[in-house]
Amino acid sequence: MDNGTVLTMRGISISFPGVKALNRVNFTLREGEIHALMGENGAGKSTLIKVLTGVYAKDEGTIEIAGIPGHITIHSPQEAQRLGISTVYQEITLCPNLTVAENMYIGRGKGMGVPWKKMYREAGALLDSLGIPARPRQLLKTCSLAVQQMVAIARAVDTQCKVLILDEPTSSLDDREVEMLFGLMRDLKARGVGIIFVTHFLDQVYAVSDRITVLRNGELVGEFETAMLPKVELVSKMMGKELEGLADVAPKRDAEEEQAKVYYQAEGLSSTESKPFDFRIREGEVNGFTGLLGSGRSECVRTIFAADRVTGGRVTVEDKPVTINKPIKAMRNGIGYLPEDRKRDGIVADLSVRENIILALQVMKGFFHPFSRKKAEAFADEYIKTLDIKTASTDTPIGSLSGGNQQKVILARWLLTHPRYLILDEPTRGIDIGTKTEIQRLILKLSQETGMSITFISSEIEEMLRTCSRLIVMRDRNIVGELTGDELTQDHVMYTIAGGGN
Amino acid sequence: MGKTEKGKSSFFQKNSQLLVPLIALMLLVIFNLIRDPGFFSIELVNDNAGNPVLQGNLISILNGASELAILAMGMTLVTAASGGQDISVGCLAAIAGSVFIKVLKSGPITPWLVLGGVAACCLVAMCFGAFNGTLVSVFRVQPMIATLILFTCGRSIAYWINGGATPTVESDIVKAIGGFIPGFPIPAPILIVVLMGIFFALLFRFTTLSMYLQAVGINNNAARLNGINAVGVKLLAFVLLGLCCAVSGVIATGRLQLVNHETLLINIEMDAILAVAIGGNSLGGGKFKMIGSVIGAYIIQALTVTLYAMKVSSTDVKAYKAVVIILLVVLGSPVVKRWFGSMRNKLAVAGSRKEAA
Ligand SMILES: Nc1ncnc2c1ncn2[C@@H]1O[C@H](COP(=O)(O)OP(=O)(O)OP(=O)(O)O)[C@@H](O)[C@H]1O
Ligand SMILES: [Mg+2]
Repeated sequence: MDNGTVLTMRGISISFPGVKALNRVNFTLREGEIHALMGENGAGKSTLIKVLTGVYAKDEGTIEIAGIPGHITIHSPQEAQRLGISTVYQEITLCPNLTVAENMYIGRGKGMGVPWKKMYREAGALLDSLGIPARPRQLLKTCSLAVQQMVAIARAVDTQCKVLILDEPTSSLDDREVEMLFGLMRDLKARGVGIIFVTHFLDQVYAVSDRITVLRNGELVGEFETAMLPKVELVSKMMGKELEGLADVAPKRDAEEEQAKVYYQAEGLSSTESKPFDFRIREGEVNGFTGLLGSGRSECVRTIFAADRVTGGRVTVEDKPVTINKPIKAMRNGIGYLPEDRKRDGIVADLSVRENIILALQVMKGFFHPFSRKKAEAFADEYIKTLDIKTASTDTPIGSLSGGNQQKVILARWLLTHPRYLILDEPTRGIDIGTKTEIQRLILKLSQETGMSITFISSEIEEMLRTCSRLIVMRDRNIVGELTGDELTQDHVMYTIAGGGN
Repeated sequence: MGKTEKGKSSFFQKNSQLLVPLIALMLLVIFNLIRDPGFFSIELVNDNAGNPVLQGNLISILNGASELAILAMGMTLVTAASGGQDISVGCLAAIAGSVFIKVLKSGPITPWLVLGGVAACCLVAMCFGAFNGTLVSVFRVQPMIATLILFTCGRSIAYWINGGATPTVESDIVKAIGGFIPGFPIPAPILIVVLMGIFFALLFRFTTLSMYLQAVGINNNAARLNGINAVGVKLLAFVLLGLCCAVSGVIATGRLQLVNHETLLINIEMDAILAVAIGGNSLGGGKFKMIGSVIGAYIIQALTVTLYAMKVSSTDVKAYKAVVIILLVVLGSPVVKRWFGSMRNKLAVAGSRKEAA
């Protein structure tokens, strides 16, 4: 091993039933570098990381770590941790029922005893220094997803690590939090830590990384210096073809201006999680809720779908008054909802891709009318093709798909119900750049061709500006402004969020 | 992502959870055949009344496991949906048996009265099931704790129903339920198991129950957000288990033509839970295969019969059973399964290397 290298992986292969997830992949990490690992959904990024951290046993290949002679085999995440490899996995793996501090320290003490006082004090200091808005004694489940993500990162950096692995750590963070995280990463880098960084955000890669390793379909495409590799080239290396520009994305349509029929209207709607608010959407309209994380935007759409207990308000669908107090009622009124937290609210991990796709439609069809196997198979095949879902078969459990492909399955589930009004909370989270464009195109197409109304929430403001004709801005759980037409610019949105509007 | 094999997975991949129980059952059979080649021979003889009946160890295993098999079916559903187990099934069967006898005692025993008795005890047991189910689904009490109530007081309730007596009934119909239908050589309990099996098969075929149970058991939140009435599904699982309790209570009562509230199907709850586990189902809920639990029930019974046939004393039988069960459960555990999986991959890699060389 050369000087300055902290980690070398050579000829790594691993197979799962029906899939060769990695095929003789090499990877080298140097001291004090930020190394981006890039590739499409299902390329094998998370798998490579799980081989390194002992979650999966590799079929072939060798791993070497600086300071330890010879090839090593890592059997478990605990062992990896002892060897100085800290990891934040793509799916949050903390315990929601424990406190923030417990989550940061549990499972890493030497003996059995836990010095509680010391733990809470240190946790508090660390949270402060990283600027994480959480209290040590707070239950983790009461924190937003983003804060949970930050806690997971705090847990990882708080050890004497040589290698820090971040698998899509920024997918639920906003710009400010991302900047904070980057600051942290640069600090660690200066201390000589090697960082492996997985993300689908190209800007972020160019902002922090020194080197890029690209995987495609389980094979190594190559290792490049970030400064020497233009963005377009990176994308074509990942996809194996050129990215179709967004130019041919159809222009948005302004349903408000057209005075299209109002599909859904709510007055004073509230739930256990959200304050009363008014909202309406017209047929064929694409609108969005925006605001900082924790501003209540997800809670609002959850209320519309009755995902939380509705406590008041009047709702009309197509001008008829309706009561929507259960998700099934929302579904029967033509509403679909893709939840923000895929793992908690979306996937049914052990069920097959097929069952996950037909689930919502099956429930609407009724208890006594199960789909035949053939019909279900046809539905699944259709959407696997439309959304290009990478799965070994329709029988594969959804839990073993890559993160981005799971997201596509959930999207397929709701598209299959052919809703009149579809709520998408972070539909592009964890989705690769090629597919992201596909989804934006799909949203615009659906709204224009089928008159579907869509509410879209995304942490990426550009994405929303590109697709929405009306943005509802939220701050501290209140709606503080509404932007349409010419007001739809990044500056305007930021200004309103910061308190300029109203 | 190179696909190593395309499309449909094989039968064994889909039913891998049945592999261990099936092999165990086979080993038991082979072991017995070596020990005594005539162990599984079946003969057709005439009973006291001159009716043809089948006899032999195989028949007595199948017959003896009937109550357990039926309870295991119901337990599978509850386990899948709630991720916990019902420990009151034996007591509930005793209650059902008592209600059955109570109705029979109310007049001259006609086929209609027997039918009425069965219906009444099914209804009562399903109500108790609904009680358990409500505690679990609405009040979110842990299933074991919720059913502990009925486990504690169930046999007292059975005692009250018949005023403390252990009444017997003289009836050919009741006798037939626990024995043989005149003219038909297969024991009636075996037929009832088959009927229950068909009932559940039809239920799974013509409703979405199995998908709902699994969805609720795997991810309650996601199930709810997809419009599934998670509370209702769990409740239904407990009600169906109540039905299973009633049916096995009736069989057990029919065997003796009396109901003893203290001993009827005593300690069967643990065997029922074991049957589910041996069948390769996770006791934490989620995905399930009911056929696995039924095989599990027969394994438990076959093991017991084998040990008795080997003249092991009844106290020792429990210890031997425990050893075998530990083995089965460990072999079916995810850790061992994963280990086998990675071994297979390594062998495949080594094989392809050899080919290349
Ligand atoms: N436990 C598993 N069982 C079966 N297949 C698996 C398992 N884990 C991963 N795979 C398969 O391996 C391939 C690579 O998955 P991986 O999660 O590494 O992708 P990824 O590059 O991280 O994608 P994403 O950007 O969507 O997170 C996928 O096709 C996936 O279906
Ligand atoms: Mg991944």
